[in-house]
This record gives sequence, structure tokens and C-alpha cells, in this order.
Amino acid sequence: MYSPQIILEAALNGLMTGAVYALIALGLTLIYGVLHIINFAHGALLTCAMFAVWIAWAALGMDPYLAILPLVPLMFVLGYGLQRFVIGPASHGDDGNILLVTLGLSIVLENVLLAVFQSDTRTLDTDYSFQVVALGPLLLSYPRLIGLGVAVVVTGLLWLVLNRTDTGKAIRAVAKEKLGANLVGIDVPHVYAVTFGLGCACLAVAAGLLMPTFYVNPRIGGAFVLVAFTVVVLGGMGSLPGALLGGLFIGVVESLCGLFLGDSLGQIGIFLIFIAVLLVRPTGLFGAKA
Amino acid sequence: MTARDLIPIGVLTVLAALLPLVVTSSPVLNFLVFMLIVALGAQGWNILGGFGGQFSFGHAAFFGTGAYVTAILQLRYGVNAWAGLVLAVAAGAAVGWVIGFLSFRSGLRGSYFALVTLAFAEVFRILANAASFTGGAAGLLIKLDVRAANLQFDDRAVFYWLVLAFVAAVLLLTRWIQRSRFGAQLVAVRENEDAAKALGVNSLTVKLRAIALSGGVTALSGCLYAQYFLYIDANIAYGSWISVELLLAPIIGGVGTVFGPVVGALTLHGLGEVAKQFAGRIPGIDLIVFGGVLVLAVAFARGGILGLLERLSDRGRGMVTRGPKEVSHAGR
Repeated sequence: MYSPQIILEAALNGLMTGAVYALIALGLTLIYGVLHIINFAHGALLTCAMFAVWIAWAALGMDPYLAILPLVPLMFVLGYGLQRFVIGPASHGDDGNILLVTLGLSIVLENVLLAVFQSDTRTLDTDYSFQVVALGPLLLSYPRLIGLGVAVVVTGLLWLVLNRTDTGKAIRAVAKEKLGANLVGIDVPHVYAVTFGLGCACLAVAAGLLMPTFYVNPRIGGAFVLVAFTVVVLGGMGSLPGALLGGLFIGVVESLCGLFLGDSLGQIGIFLIFIAVLLVRPTGLFGAKA
Repeated sequence: MTARDLIPIGVLTVLAALLPLVVTSSPVLNFLVFMLIVALGAQGWNILGGFGGQFSFGHAAFFGTGAYVTAILQLRYGVNAWAGLVLAVAAGAAVGWVIGFLSFRSGLRGSYFALVTLAFAEVFRILANAASFTGGAAGLLIKLDVRAANLQFDDRAVFYWLVLAFVAAVLLLTRWIQRSRFGAQLVAVRENEDAAKALGVNSLTVKLRAIALSGGVTALSGCLYAQYFLYIDANIAYGSWISVELLLAPIIGGVGTVFGPVVGALTLHGLGEVAKQFAGRIPGIDLIVFGGVLVLAVAFARGGILGLLERLSDRGRGMVTRGPKEVSHAGR
């Protein structure tokens, strides 16, 4: 049997991993909430951001947390451009098409990265990668603790943007009623692109938080994006607090499943929850609206 | 079905069957066999996704089931490979029916259906990767024992003809579906499920029949893959790439058409090979082409290559150009 301390430590570590899942899911759920599309390119875009953090560290010696600052606007611009000039025009406004275009984009991005960086796995090391913080008898990883804090702050900021700014108002208006928003003079394609950009900017933050303790290779995004889908569905598609809570919950589930079932079966708990939620309550555990 | 339905399928099959008499090089035959196996699996996807409008992102669940069932039956229980093939198809159909029953009964469609199929395939992949019964991460190796009873032949061409025969049979099946009452109901469900229900179509039964057929055909392709390459592991059989590949071919070729999946598989893999020839050793170059072609096809040719050809020939005859939406639904 496992001692309570090991289980508690695993749960807390899972909670902190879950914070990063939540950040990734935050972008996904925002894009879903407004554009009503599932962005299959989300994983590949995360991989791009992670490589950018790695390059900033390897070429410029930049701290991964510091690299978040220039990367956020960069990813925003990339996301804005992709939606405005590729996904939007190519999909003719049909949901099935958007799914396929983002899938095509993810294949291209992933394999361009593969062509440039080969399939090697890359890591970066910082002074604090393996630092731990003692909380009573529990030892918590310092970078992961930072991740948890930043994830909560970013969710709060995003909530403020959506609820307290004119842009946020426009985004919510488009999410609720596209035609009506257009009638009152909101530039819908622009709002779509801004939303997509914000979703990608979340990935920049997630990438900076991941890199001190994780590795990057061209295929890494796929693993995260499946988890992020689960989080989004669990939290209720389009719900920001749902994404945060769902992310934390999934992190704990993964960590505990890994502890009890072993590494190779650890992720199965996530997918079973995913299927169960989709089948029983597709609006999500925290999502109120249908 | 009329003679006009059968003749194009017959002529193309005979022409394709003559190929090994001209081309004898092993790499080319390997390429053709693999391409046909992909085409066969894509035909399975097309029954559900093309005619039924239910876009699955997890057809690997059926492909892998076909591959694993045939390999396990042969290795662990010494079942004859042909009997194994039949059982693999049955298993694929059963898995399809169960996944369909669970998801369609809950009313999942569109993006939600895509996600749930993806998750089912992932569950299968993780299980197959972890269980010792399926060979775990090391995979399963089918012994080389060249006998017709083992689906192993001296000459690669024989296997090519076998796969071609299955592809032709599924072309006929698809043509039959298109002309049958069942096919009409399936298309009605795709176009407007509520309207179809109002007209008395039992949409759940229709979709279940489609996903079972689809699962069976795709399992057949998985089974042939295992028997030809004699090795499978969880990432090959249940990996997300095979799901993507089975969906790419019909989308590129012409979704919801009889020949679309075959045309798409041929085009994609042809382009992939050309890209590899030109770009040499750059890894993933063929996949970059696949992704680019997908985006372009969705942007400019919604009915795929066949839809594009049809629009061109209509324009040539001076007919009114049809919109992309209509072209994609034209029966071909």
C-alpha cells in the first residue's frame, strides 16, 4: 500500500501539472467558445511555442520565464494571422471544413518542425529546474509551483479582458450572436482573429512554464492537445473557470492513475473520463449552457 | 445497379490488375499494395464519413482491431489466416457497432463525434501498448511461412491482386449503397437529420448500420496490412496517424463518392513519393505535402479531385457551374 504522504504528494504534483494543462485548455476553450470550432492545430502551435522558448534559451541565453514576455505578442500575431488569412478564408464558414483546415495546418507545422529540428528531443536546464520547496513534510517542485500560480493569474487576466474591456465585450457579443454583433458594427472576422490570437498567446505562457521541467520534440504537442480536449470537454466547452478547474482535476487524475496503474496505463484514466463525459454529459461537468 | 454502374468499376479493376505484368520491381509493388490497403481503409471511412456525414477522427480503432485480431488468432490460437480475416472483419464491425451505439445514442455529432472516436482509438492504443496479450510495446511479429493458407505468397503480385479484389468488391458495395434505399436514408441523415426523422427514417439504425459496415471494411484493411507487413505494434495499428490518413484520402479524392477514396489515396501517396524524390532526406516532407494538399482541397475544391473534375467538365459542356456544396454531394 502507498502511504498517505506519497498519495498526497502525487495529488499535489498532479495539481501543478494540471495548471499547465489548464493554460493549454484555456486557449482551446476560448477559441471554441467564440468560433465554435475545435482547433486541431493547437498542439502543433504549442510545439512551435516550446521550440521558440528553447531557441531563446539556446541562442540568446534567455530565461524561459523571461522568454514568455516577447513570445506572448509573437504568438498572438501568429494566431491572428492564421485565423484571418488561412483558416477563415479556407473554410468558407463551415464547421467541418474548419476542423479539416486546422488538422491540415497541424500536419504541416508538425512536419516543418520535424524537417528543421529532426526528431531529437531537446531540453534546457536552469538553476531552478530541480529546486524543491518544502511544505511541512511535503516536497513540491518549485517550477511547477510557479506554473500553478501563473495559470491562476492568467485565467484571471483573461477573465478581466473578456468582462471589463470593449474588445472583450465584442468577443462575447460575437460568441452569443454573430449576426447581431455584425449588425451593430462589430467586425466579426477581426474578432475571430483576435480570439484565435488570444488562444495562441495562452500557449506562449504554457510553453514558457513547461520548458524548465519538460522536453520538446516535434511531436510533443499531440500528447498535450488530447489532454487539453479532455479538459475543455470536462469543463464545459467555452467556459474559462471550467477549463481551469478541469485542468487541475485532470492533472490529479493522471498523476494518481500513474501512481496506481503504472506509467504506461496512466493516461487511460483521462480518456475514459473523456469518453464518459462526452457520452453522459457533453455540456461538461462545470458547463451550464447547452 | 445498372451496367453503367458496373462497367467503370470493372474496367478500372482489370486495368489495375494488369499492372504487375508491366511493373515487376518490388519497391513499386510494395508501394502499390500499401496504397491499396490505405484506399481500402479509406473506403471504409467514406461509408460513414462520406455518405453518412459522421466525420470520425478515430478509424484507427477499426484498423487496429482488424490487424490485432488476425495476428493474435494466428499466433496464439493457430487459426487459419483466411478464417482470421473473416473474424477480423466481424470484430471490426462489432467494435464499430458498439462505438456507434454509445455515441449516436447519446446524440453526439459533428465535432463531438470526431472527439469521441479519437478518444476511443487512444484507449485502444494505450491498452494494446500495455497488455501482454497483444505483445505490449514490442508488438507482434507474424512468422514468415509462405503458404496460401497463411495469406503469404511467393510473388508480391498475388497479394496485390488479392487487395485489389477487395478494393473492387468494396467499390461495388459502395455503389450498391449509393443506389439502395439504405444509402438514400444515410444521405438524408447527413443532409438534415431532423428532416429525415420527420420523414420516418430511423436515424439511429441507419447510422449504426453505416458505422458497422465502415468498421468492417476498415478492419479488413488493417488485417491485410498485418498479413502483408507481418509486423504490428500499438502505434502502427492504433496510432492517430492512420486515423488521419484514412480521412485524408476521401476528403482529397472526393468525399461521399464511390471512387473518391481510391483517387485520394493514389494522389496523396503519389505526391508523397514525388516530394521524397525531390527533397531527398528531409524527414516528414511527404507529410508536409499531405497537410498542404488538405488545406488547399478544403479551400478550393470542396468536392475533392472528383468534384473539381466534374465542375471542369460541366463548364466545358457550357453548363451552369454548380456551387461547391452541390458538387460535393453529386453522386459519382
